[in-house]
Amino acid sequence: MTAKQAFLALALAGGVLSLQAQHRPAPKKTTAKADPALAASLTRGAVVYKNVCITCHQADGGGVPNMNPPLIKTQYVLGDKARLAHIVLAGLAEPIEIDGDEYKQHMPAQAYLTDQQVADVLTYVRNSFGNKASAVQVAEVKAVRATLK
Amino acid sequence: MPSFSPRYLLAVPALAASLALLASHPSTPSVAPDPDNAGLKLPAGFGALKVAETGGKARHLAVTPQGVIYVKLNRVKDGKGILVLHSQPGGKATVTGGFGDYGGTGMYVKNGYLYASSDHAVYRYKLDAKGEVEAPGKGELLVRGLKVGSQHESKSIVLDNADNLYVNVGAYANACQEQDRTRGSKGIPNCPILDSAGGIWQFKASQANQTYKTGTRYATGLRNVVGLDWNPQDNQLFVMQHGRDQLHDNWPEMYTDQQSAQLPAECMYALKQGDNAGWPYLYYDPQQKKKMLGPEYGGDGKKEATGNYIDPAAAYPAHMAPNGLLFYTGTMFPAKYRNGAFIAFHGSWNRAPEPQAGYYVVFQPFKDGKPSGQWEVFADNFAGSAAKVATGRADHRPCGLAQGPDGSLYVSDDSKGTIYRIVYNAKK
Repeated sequence: MTAKQAFLALALAGGVLSLQAQHRPAPKKTTAKADPALAASLTRGAVVYKNVCITCHQADGGGVPNMNPPLIKTQYVLGDKARLAHIVLAGLAEPIEIDGDEYKQHMPAQAYLTDQQVADVLTYVRNSFGNKASAVQVAEVKAVRATLK
Repeated sequence: MPSFSPRYLLAVPALAASLALLASHPSTPSVAPDPDNAGLKLPAGFGALKVAETGGKARHLAVTPQGVIYVKLNRVKDGKGILVLHSQPGGKATVTGGFGDYGGTGMYVKNGYLYASSDHAVYRYKLDAKGEVEAPGKGELLVRGLKVGSQHESKSIVLDNADNLYVNVGAYANACQEQDRTRGSKGIPNCPILDSAGGIWQFKASQANQTYKTGTRYATGLRNVVGLDWNPQDNQLFVMQHGRDQLHDNWPEMYTDQQSAQLPAECMYALKQGDNAGWPYLYYDPQQKKKMLGPEYGGDGKKEATGNYIDPAAAYPAHMAPNGLLFYTGTMFPAKYRNGAFIAFHGSWNRAPEPQAGYYVVFQPFKDGKPSGQWEVFADNFAGSAAKVATGRADHRPCGLAQGPDGSLYVSDDSKGTIYRIVYNAKK
């Protein structure tokens, strides 16, 4: 099995497990909300992340020192969803500073991704690597894309 | 210390001279490796110590003939971009001062001067008889106005023996695409970046205020060079290129993840004036041992490049980021290391999702000024563990190399700022 297949299998297994969990009689203490749509988006988002983002932002979302910024608990990821979608669709050419470290490498625009793919991968990023934030909806991505035309 | 050998009897004056040198450096014989060899894995007989923790992004470093250590920081720390370290008996050193209000990479000592680079200029500072900078506040500006983008910013420097200064100007792109690092974006014909970057420029080592107009583009088609050194045996410039990234990300229909992790080689080039190494039009495939046409310029992973481009002198695994190159001329290490090359591989990021690699110092044997024989890992475990290598979350990242007056090998780490010193201390 290649690393890619293994990653996909893990991502899919994770998705299946979380889906199964929703059908189990929920223990009273659990706080995990049953949300099949979110689980499916996360599963698809993991695939997009692996295919598009992982080289620069790395498997752990930690980025590359001095080059590519981390996606872990930063305002860029957890904050304004429109700004985040804009970075994916239009790229980012300015250096940014996070926790005193500067990241200079340009982020190329990923406008070839569909609105669904962008929504999925951002939902995945906002709920991975220790992040916990609301899902990104297709309509939100669509609205940002409209401003770029 | 040299072992007893009839050869040394023939060189009594040299022996006497080296004894005198040892006597004038009382700390030299008593350099004490750390009990754990600074966490490094080394060949038998070698030891290492952490000379100092600078806490800065320690890029290249230089050691004067008197043993003063100068370290160039990538970012100014407490107002200083160059740190001065003085060794105590045993080898540990203290940061005793600093100067230079600019970040950068280049640091080199030659002919009584300390040379330093920012990301767009080169300076020099006169050294006194003790190896101390005479006027730290007054660097002489040698070269200004060098191109700098948002990647490959560092300007590495080295001198030859004829008072020439060589400066790398890295290409501010991955492969000269219309849209940098963008999937499917084609290469720009006659890549315009090469006019002012993507090569090595030659300047005078003792002339102020030079620019591109007064310098010479010595060699071109080099994407980004960080490690470079002058080979004293064949009087030639050697450089280590950072090979291109993201073959899979940008051309997924032609390259798998695995191929992208293994292509292209990190190449060592021996340069003559006018040489062209072929970036961005080609990359070097270490498995096929061929120069391949880049996908941005019509390549498909199978077509070879045509044109008058030089071959690498040696090739190393992809993406390991060679940041330091040093020809070892000392006598402390065993004879096989003499005139060979040490290469500091900073460590990869462009192999994900495959495991990362590098984060070590390699030794490349040389014979008569040419690479000869298989390279080997010399100093390993800067990362701290195999798992930290694989994820790229290394504790330390080797960057600069320098040789001390006693033949010690110094290594800088631009992640935590640790300065290492590797010594040979085998009992004979």
